[in-house]
Amino acid sequence: MNESLSWWRPVAPWAISALVLVTLPLVVAGNGTFSIINVVAINIVFALSYNMLLGQGGMLSFGHAVFFGLGAYGAIHAMNLIGEAGYDGHGFWAFFPVYLLPLVGFACGALAALVVGWPFCRRAGTAFAMITLGLGELVAAGSQMFPTVFGGEAGVFSNRMVGPVWFGLELAQPADVYWFMAFWTLVAVFAMWAFTRTPLGRMSNAVRDNADRLQFIGYPPRNLRFLVFIAAGGFAGLGGGMAAVNYEIVTPESLGLLTSGLALLMAAVGGLAVFYGPMVGAILVTVMNSLLSDYTDASILYVGLVFLAVVMFAPGGLGGGIEQVRLAWRRGDLGAHLPGWLGGALAVLLIALGLVSTIELVYQISHGRDKLARLLGLEPDPASPLVWLGIITLFAAGYGVARVSGRYREARA
Amino acid sequence: MVRPFLKLFAVSLVLLSGLARAADAEPVRFALIDPLTGPMSVVGQPALAQLQFTAERLNRDGGMDGHPIEIVGYDNKINPQESLVQLQKAIDDGIRYIIQGNGSSVGSALLSAINKHNQRNPDDRVLYLNYAAIEPSFTNERCSFWHFRFDSHVDMKMNMLTDWIADNPDVKKVFLINQDYSFGHTVSESAMRMLKKKRPDIEIVGNTFHPLGKVKDFSPYISKIKSSGADVVITGNWGQDINLLIKSAAEYGVDVPFLTYYGSTPGTITQVGDKGVDRVYLIAEYHGDFTDPEIAERQVSLYKEKGWDYYPRVAAMLEMMKKAGDEAGSVDPLAVAKTLEGLEYDAAGGHLTMRAADHQLQMPLYLSVLKDNMKYGAEGTDYNFHQVARFDADQATLPTTCRMRRPD
Amino acid sequence: MLEVIVFSTLNGLLYGLLLFMLSSGLTLIFSMMGVLNFAHASFYMLGAYFAYALGLHIGFWPALFLAPLLVAVLGAVVERFGLRRVHENGHVAELLFTFGLAYVIDETVHLLWGSIPVSYSAPEALRAPLFSLFGTDYSIYRGVTMMIAILMFVALWFLLKKTRVGLMIRAALTHGAMVGHLGHNVPRLFMGVFAFGCGLAALAGVIGGPLLSTEPGMAQSLGPVVFVVVVVGGMGSLLGAFYASLLIGLVQTFFVALDVSIGDLLNGLGFAVDPYGEVTGITLASIAPMTPFILLVLILIFRPRGLMGELEP
Repeated sequence: MNESLSWWRPVAPWAISALVLVTLPLVVAGNGTFSIINVVAINIVFALSYNMLLGQGGMLSFGHAVFFGLGAYGAIHAMNLIGEAGYDGHGFWAFFPVYLLPLVGFACGALAALVVGWPFCRRAGTAFAMITLGLGELVAAGSQMFPTVFGGEAGVFSNRMVGPVWFGLELAQPADVYWFMAFWTLVAVFAMWAFTRTPLGRMSNAVRDNADRLQFIGYPPRNLRFLVFIAAGGFAGLGGGMAAVNYEIVTPESLGLLTSGLALLMAAVGGLAVFYGPMVGAILVTVMNSLLSDYTDASILYVGLVFLAVVMFAPGGLGGGIEQVRLAWRRGDLGAHLPGWLGGALAVLLIALGLVSTIELVYQISHGRDKLARLLGLEPDPASPLVWLGIITLFAAGYGVARVSGRYREARA
Repeated sequence: MVRPFLKLFAVSLVLLSGLARAADAEPVRFALIDPLTGPMSVVGQPALAQLQFTAERLNRDGGMDGHPIEIVGYDNKINPQESLVQLQKAIDDGIRYIIQGNGSSVGSALLSAINKHNQRNPDDRVLYLNYAAIEPSFTNERCSFWHFRFDSHVDMKMNMLTDWIADNPDVKKVFLINQDYSFGHTVSESAMRMLKKKRPDIEIVGNTFHPLGKVKDFSPYISKIKSSGADVVITGNWGQDINLLIKSAAEYGVDVPFLTYYGSTPGTITQVGDKGVDRVYLIAEYHGDFTDPEIAERQVSLYKEKGWDYYPRVAAMLEMMKKAGDEAGSVDPLAVAKTLEGLEYDAAGGHLTMRAADHQLQMPLYLSVLKDNMKYGAEGTDYNFHQVARFDADQATLPTTCRMRRPD
Repeated sequence: MLEVIVFSTLNGLLYGLLLFMLSSGLTLIFSMMGVLNFAHASFYMLGAYFAYALGLHIGFWPALFLAPLLVAVLGAVVERFGLRRVHENGHVAELLFTFGLAYVIDETVHLLWGSIPVSYSAPEALRAPLFSLFGTDYSIYRGVTMMIAILMFVALWFLLKKTRVGLMIRAALTHGAMVGHLGHNVPRLFMGVFAFGCGLAALAGVIGGPLLSTEPGMAQSLGPVVFVVVVVGGMGSLLGAFYASLLIGLVQTFFVALDVSIGDLLNGLGFAVDPYGEVTGITLASIAPMTPFILLVLILIFRPRGLMGELEP
């Protein structure tokens, strides 16, 4: 590459991201699209903060939602305080704009992690996974007992159109909230990226790879884990604060195992080893969740299958795949690898089509309706052997292509 | 590979042109935001089936002010936050009538979100039609011009239940078991307050709350009920929680009446079967005798068509919406809302009035008990709820503290 | 009061024994393979559903035996073609795999049998009361369930301590490589243990399905509690799992049965507090579902090897 452009390389991703974020509202229209984009933004921050633990620190957590949820609760209560302070215009909260609420979320998440984290960080691995699972279940169940804080089943709701407005940035419609999301996502992603460049960020990788060696050279792994845990909790809380502003409601579900599982799902699907992996995963999983559920009742099953397929066949996740392509392109041998990779992608597509058809047909048999098939203008008859023959052909073709392209890839490697 | 996508494109074109063709009578669309998948879908799907079933019939009759009625289901997984996402989706899809019923927590979130929406978008109002979220505050302290409730609230139903208990001198001890969340606590408080007033001699021998939807084995609660020596159990449980409670009670041979709000939750009759006969009581807007032959015929054909039982108050709600639209000569939410205030209607259970002061439907209530060998069985069995008592609308009514703020 | 104590003890024991049946398989799998199988409770659910589906055709008793077998075969397939594949990527990958598997199994059950509970119940003859105490019936089926669980515990203990296979399993737990070097097929042993563990979970499902309820949420509601049993009991300790199960079963049941709040307890201890405050008004009954997780967190902090375990996870 050209020497004179070397300054450009580290700046490029950020410049391009900022450009995309600014031009996005010119391309898309409709509050519905913005609603999805806003959720994507929240999940990007959440998934990235999760990956600070798992991908970079090697700590598998099943309780990350606790910090997300507590950040959200902190922000929504602050929002209510802003609303109340607005009546007489006195006090700290009267001058606090809703735009800065994610900072409150960050503080709450980090504080919660600081309070509970120390005993948790003694070990990584299964012990850490179990204790965070316990924490998650505990907080989720316990939240039901304190309705004044957590609002019971109904949750706590608020109104984001309160307090001082800066630069005319109102938060009425999802399209207005978009700017808020874009700003905070960019800030959070940059901060988390910068964290990976700090000595602490580097050390957390070392703890993941070889905790014993770190202990020997004088860095107690527990201290490092604890610091990473607090930082990850803080960023999860920041995501929670964004969620509080977006939904104007926070419910105890946001603290539970399902929400924690979502973070894990997004991070793992996107790829744990690449910084931007969880972002890719967050986009894919969020869009899948919100679009598929309109067309099929099996949307959760599809998300689960995608996750399972990634864990089994592509441990590097989508981000890992993208990174492979990028490196090959940089090396200049993309042309040599591309046919093999495209063949693999085709095989995945064929098998996925076969699987989707099977699942939808079974749904049609057991539930008697199938929106996805109708959307495609198909009225398949589950009793017809032709339909099943078609599905078997898809599977067989997929398997065949997989074998051929696999051999091709091996020959090139 | 391209063909499915071409097909998708073609289909969407056809759909769009289909919409365009009906432009002279553009459909008026109603969004049902309720659990349509997951374990709680048993309470959302019957409403969807009923709405579609009734809409078809009303459309043959000219629709709502000449506009065909269309029902669109939005799955909220009974989660308040997901409900707001679906609400936004529905509004973005151009829907101005939101129907919801299950879960007062969801109702509470929707109520506040719809109020906020109407405040932020004065030219684009949305109405909230509530058929089952019966937290009393919705038509009292928190009443809103944009909310209409088509079911009697907790206190109204409890008022009738306790009237019935008060007339029953054998009842000396009452046990309350409810789900541990706002609705369950409301039921319990309401029962204690009213029993104290009507029959101070009755002893509340138990007031237990259990986690919502998490208890798999009710045995410990049943032994509590048993040892308390209760003559009557009152419960607001719904979904899985009513089902397992009754099953467990039968297994341990607890033979006292269970006065329920939701004993008719789909699946309960199948699971409970003969164990529930003469044991499960239900306070509701109608009963399983289907004395009205027209309604009975609809029950039969709805079950045959969609596999769900007739849902009288959901049908009545849509019928009232049609009437309001016809009378207003418009399907504009504001005009319809103004006509709905004070609207009267004759439904299966009797005469209904939408009280203008708080938008709480005034309706007769029925107490019924599960029996076998019924002419029209529920859930494809021959069990159903047989009428025990009928309470007129003016007996069931309660005053409101609502101070309604109306738009100009 | 006495009747409450008697029945709470019976119910607590029953719940604890069911928990033990469910978690004994996971204890085996966890101690041998180091895999905390997230999908374990899903196999339990499959057991109940298979027994229900088979029972419609071949009756309750044959299904009781056939369903766990089928699930065991399924478990073997999962191990052979799924778990073994991700094994090389480490324990985290394995955990992720079972996590995804749980999603997929739960949703598939949903897909095949719908979201409403199915009417899976014990045969009429077993539903008759075994005995009647203080006017409350206790069904034969509950008695039978307890008996099966205890038999299972004895059989498992015998298998592990007194047979050659048990010796091999115990050896593989601590000295996996050595067992391999001695010429035993460790992967096949793993597959066998995994299948066996899944079969045990399915047996718990077959027995527990009619007692609790057979619905698509049954795995999700019990799954985390099963982990608690395994971790609290201690890695590789069947006896520990047994004690942990009974402890959790009894504590949960008694907490529900006692009408006591935190404030009452504190008052009883001599502190003067308002028994209806936000914190002090919390009843033990509402804490009951949390108790397993309180136990889990405390054990992991203060005694990471569990009640009876020899190794830390």
